Amino acid sequence: MNSETIPEGEKKRLEKVGYDTSGKLSRSASFLMSDNRTLLSEKKEKKLEILSTELAVEKYPWVKDLMFKLVSKDKDDYTRLAASSPPRGFFLRVLPGAKINIPVQSCFFIKTKRLSQVVHNIIVAEPESEVHIITGCTTASYVKQGSHIGITEFYVRENATLTYTMLHDWAPEVVVYPRSSALVEKNGVFISNYIALTRVKEINSYPEAHVKDGGIARFYSIIYAQDESFFDIGAATFLEEKGARGEIINRVVSSGGRVVSRGHILGAAKDTKGHMECSGLLLNKKGMIHAIPELKGIFPETELSHEAAVGKIADEEINYLMTRGIDKDTAVSLIVRGFLDTKIKGLPPQLQKLIAGIIEKSSLGGRI
Amino acid sequence: MDKNGYLLEVEDLWVKVESKQVLRGINLRIKKGEIHIIFGPNGSGKTSLLGTIMGLPQYRIIKGEIKFKGESIKNMPSFERARLGIGLTFQHPPSIKGARLENLLKVMGIEEQRIKNLAKRLSLLEHLPREINRGFSGGEVKRSEVLQVYLQQPELVLLDEPESGVDLENIVLISSVIGELLEKNKPIIKRKKSAIVITHTGYILDYLHADKGHVMLNGEIVCSGGPEDVFDKIKKCGYEQCASCLTSPKEK
Repeated sequence: MNSETIPEGEKKRLEKVGYDTSGKLSRSASFLMSDNRTLLSEKKEKKLEILSTELAVEKYPWVKDLMFKLVSKDKDDYTRLAASSPPRGFFLRVLPGAKINIPVQSCFFIKTKRLSQVVHNIIVAEPESEVHIITGCTTASYVKQGSHIGITEFYVRENATLTYTMLHDWAPEVVVYPRSSALVEKNGVFISNYIALTRVKEINSYPEAHVKDGGIARFYSIIYAQDESFFDIGAATFLEEKGARGEIINRVVSSGGRVVSRGHILGAAKDTKGHMECSGLLLNKKGMIHAIPELKGIFPETELSHEAAVGKIADEEINYLMTRGIDKDTAVSLIVRGFLDTKIKGLPPQLQKLIAGIIEKSSLGGRI
Repeated sequence: MDKNGYLLEVEDLWVKVESKQVLRGINLRIKKGEIHIIFGPNGSGKTSLLGTIMGLPQYRIIKGEIKFKGESIKNMPSFERARLGIGLTFQHPPSIKGARLENLLKVMGIEEQRIKNLAKRLSLLEHLPREINRGFSGGEVKRSEVLQVYLQQPELVLLDEPESGVDLENIVLISSVIGELLEKNKPIIKRKKSAIVITHTGYILDYLHADKGHVMLNGEIVCSGGPEDVFDKIKKCGYEQCASCLTSPKEK
């Protein structure tokens, strides 16, 4: 694997967000971007194609038609900035009928101080295909400030399955504005996981899914908000056609950071079903979690539900665990790590294990 | 162990929960290998006694002493008491969102194969990756408590109604695992583990062959004797009779 321009000492940063630089782990394709330059774009699997977005636009004129189709150019200042920037990022297409069980990995790495990284990814899972993507975003250890603006548009065609697991490990002064949207066509399955456990200045992420006939969209956000971090996260799912289903799960822990935990499900057609969970644990008095679950039904035969709970860990639970011979910090850590390590329906075990491993290894700010 | 051979010594123990007096001058001594049964109506202080010995923070000691192996433990947090060799099965343990049963057992330092072997025996293999007690049935909760405490291998086992809400088949199973934990197959002189057992039904007496029985009323131990005798009397006359003993020294 050609990642020689990533300094040896920094490769650990990539590994922490699930990007394998050793070549030892199975990956069906890899894409690596450092600052705003593509370092690597390679595949081991014939039935998929991975290119930088820039090359994809040149090679396939129709790719341009997929850009800013799901995310509006004029959505906000960040989308306008992306629209006025060269098309960087990656294009991934999985051919019809191809079942790619080995994950695709991509990584966006900021190595220059105060850099603004702007990317636009286009991902297409053609009919009857299946693909699992891990995207890691991180900075070099010496970078404290910077910004990342990432547009990602997902096209999940009929009967296709696409899982997208995004792991973020930024620096304390980095601001992050992902803008993503998915089209989930008939009987398609889209699972989007977002995991951020380290200190960051601000992350503002509110991906959407437009779900058609019999399709499924699931969003999981797993956040550990440390001191001086601000997260505005969540997802919106629009159940637009008969039988569409949606789920939004936000698991948030604040050890001093502020979090707005959002969710919106629209039931707009017959036999649609959606469920949302916004759960938050406050570990001290410094943090804030504001859960905003929204359900909107505009068709009588829709079934939407939510549960939201924000609070501290009950003393009774900690005391119970302590009777087994573990001290208070270990008891809290056991609860917090387990709370974050939520089981994601439909995610391959390999990726579930990857997420569990990252939560397990995370120092969680060294607090617990 | 103290010089008199007592594993546990409770002396004139007075305890409050918030402003409510829950224990009033309890005295109790347990030797190595002994099993004591505590009977008593709801609210008589049985659970409070076990919780206080375990060191649960809601139980505030106003007066008295608790010694384990001859050393005072009354100012020790519960996790240190557990490490010294005290284990408690809760009557109503909390369900814990987040903490998975297998992760707790691993953090306790239990070897994976031992966990699996006992979980299999207690029909809890599928419960290991689940959050502790979340969605468990009453019987599963009790089996999970026994699993945890068995693997902990305490020298003093505190069992708070281990058989309540459990069907007969599972009472046999739970009792046999508890019996094994308490080394009931060994002669008393060779047993290293002791226990205090709270029971309402008395079913567990058939399997444990306890050494002493006590009756608690209103935060006090009001009579002690052979466990079967005490239980038979309660069955025959109810706790009312015990209350009358309090005022009738002859009968006592």
